[in-house]
Amino acid sequence: MAQMNMIEAIRSALDVVMDKDPNVIVLGEDVGYFGGVFRCTDGLQRKYGEHRVIDAPIAEGGIIGAAIGMGINGLRPVAEIQFADYIYPGFDQIASELARIRYRSAGEFFSPVTIRTPCGGGIRGGQTHSQSPEAIFAHVTGIRSVMPSNPYDAKGLLISSIESDDPVVFFEPKRIYNGPFDGDPDKPAVSWTSHPKGEVPEGYYKVPLDTCEIVKTGEELTIVTYGTMVHVAEAAAAEVGVDAEIIDVRSLSPLDTETLADSVNRTGRCMVVHEATRFAGYGAELAARIQKDCFYNLEAPIGRVAGWDTPYPHAFEWQYFPGKKRVANGIRKMMEEG
Amino acid sequence: MAKKSRLHIPRPSARPGDKPDFSYLDLSPAGSVDKPSRDSRTRDIEFLSSGLVRVLDDDHQAVGPWNPGIEPAQLQVALRWMMLNRIFDKRMWQIQRQGRISFYMEALGEEAVSIAQGMALRPGDMCFPSYRNQGLFLYRGVKLVDMMCQCLSNTRDMCKGRQLPIMYHSRAANVFSISGNLGTQYPHAVGWAMASAIKGEDHIAASWVGDGSTAEADFHHALTFAAVYQAPVILNVVNNQWAISTFQGFAGGERRAFAARGLGLGVPGIRVDGNDLLAIYAVTLWAAERARRGGGPTLIELVTYRAGAHSTSDDPSKYRPKDEYKAFPLGDPIDRLKNHLISMGHWSDAKHEQLQDELTAEVQAAWKEAQKYGTMTEGPFLESGTMFDDIYADVPKHLESQRRYMLEIEES
Repeated sequence: MAQMNMIEAIRSALDVVMDKDPNVIVLGEDVGYFGGVFRCTDGLQRKYGEHRVIDAPIAEGGIIGAAIGMGINGLRPVAEIQFADYIYPGFDQIASELARIRYRSAGEFFSPVTIRTPCGGGIRGGQTHSQSPEAIFAHVTGIRSVMPSNPYDAKGLLISSIESDDPVVFFEPKRIYNGPFDGDPDKPAVSWTSHPKGEVPEGYYKVPLDTCEIVKTGEELTIVTYGTMVHVAEAAAAEVGVDAEIIDVRSLSPLDTETLADSVNRTGRCMVVHEATRFAGYGAELAARIQKDCFYNLEAPIGRVAGWDTPYPHAFEWQYFPGKKRVANGIRKMMEEG
Repeated sequence: MAKKSRLHIPRPSARPGDKPDFSYLDLSPAGSVDKPSRDSRTRDIEFLSSGLVRVLDDDHQAVGPWNPGIEPAQLQVALRWMMLNRIFDKRMWQIQRQGRISFYMEALGEEAVSIAQGMALRPGDMCFPSYRNQGLFLYRGVKLVDMMCQCLSNTRDMCKGRQLPIMYHSRAANVFSISGNLGTQYPHAVGWAMASAIKGEDHIAASWVGDGSTAEADFHHALTFAAVYQAPVILNVVNNQWAISTFQGFAGGERRAFAARGLGLGVPGIRVDGNDLLAIYAVTLWAAERARRGGGPTLIELVTYRAGAHSTSDDPSKYRPKDEYKAFPLGDPIDRLKNHLISMGHWSDAKHEQLQDELTAEVQAAWKEAQKYGTMTEGPFLESGTMFDDIYADVPKHLESQRRYMLEIEES
């Protein structure tokens, strides 16, 4: 099996589906000739031509609006929004149009657009290149929200997303494009080559869009997380020395609540961890849902470790980022409480 | 005099109680605007965006280079569709006033737009309409009864009760679903047209917005994308002078015509008499053929007047002179085509009245039939459980469980 980082895995997914289905096209800012600012589409225009890998004007609303029209006309567009922070000009097209076309036309029209967008901090991106807006999209019914945490899932989930007849917002945690990250910025960068999920088949395979994955089984508590924080949570649990079960949500909406409930009902403790700001964040939905499904088995209140409710400040990136120390602290407190 | 900056607040030429004044409208005499080759470069045809293409003159004759030479029999068909549109609207308006539907929007005074453009496009061309394009649906074969059932949200409603009245769609007729959000359909049309070109097909797309919605970002996104990729698309601005209570100056129409919005991007613009079916047909055909031959997009501004209210929810006498429509210099689209046909000896007042009666009966019969599928107060009713369908391709578990719970409560 091949070794791939997340960028290569995403590129491979695009390559595989474009090769298989001539209706799949890619559009976005800098995606064509240059191959994308993060290189995810590198080489695709040379292989599939300018009609299928299309450089777009700097107008995110236009990119998504045009992609919707292409989808209505039978194509399967994959739109790249260069940073998730740039997605807001396209929000009306996503929330009012893309998410609603099937519903409002009672199934007569639909547009199977996939929107790929790099998210999250830890790359010295400041407050406009670091955000994690997944909760805003998970709140919109009619679209799927997905965030992989490793190359294998990235490829399999992206293929599933593109082939899905539902629109998907596909968040790519850019801090882990090149390697897993345990939350300690002072340690040397690690590459995906030493990680089992860096082994990625070259060909076609899918990871389903409606299941969470138990990354590590454990007995003492369940950590429910996704994206970059999967790796931080693993490191934090190891540091505390607690036998944690770690669940990578990966398909944020619709959500696989059974896997979450089964786990927390077994362990009796639940810590929700995400990089995005806490207030009305995606973790609030996770906590509410788990509380309802697992209340009588809970030994302690469900905990949340998240980004502070501040913008993502350039100089204080590592103070904002809920790193290993914060997650470990949260775990210790929870273990003491019950 | 000391110079100071000042804030300009656009003011319409007349408010309630004032004498209507359309002197702000630049009008060209019928037949006076040249018809350039479809292959002209944009820079050579900029005059089309400031003039006003007109075919029907004040003596009801079709004149000038844009006269499309449509057969009288076909003009009679066009007249019939415009009349049906108006009679349908009038009836539905009454029905709303009787409280039997929640909302309605009429196209009074603008019927030529949908009918003429419907005629000029091919059935395989895709339309992305605004909320005042009901004529397109009618012309493309959507049945009156189906449109009425949509307005009733009844058991035959094409939208299964999910949309406000008039938000029709028809895949069979190639007319996209109307959104309640303004201008969002514009970039869809461009993307659809891009896909058509990518697939090597010769279908084109067309979309419509009002003068007011040209201020939306989507309008500008669409124009930019259409220009950049030379998409085979016709982008129409129906300038009916009023966006609810704000006149077209609030969309930036005071100093330059909406048709000129694309010139900076190299998109040709044509300003056309929006109450002149022949002129609209001719410019649309010109733009469609240009697009089909790889000539890219055209922006068409249709100068017309919204003779009725914006919707059943506003009272236009509160913001504009009551009789303004009577002073509109481009007249009424139905009267103008009718008089043209009469002047050629192909129509008469008697025939017109007879057709009016026939169409009124047709609309009445459709209304009678529509009610059989349910009204707002009397069954049969849609099953409420269907509200959880079509959100995703398959119903996910959480929606299935919400449906079960809702029905349990309803039945308890």
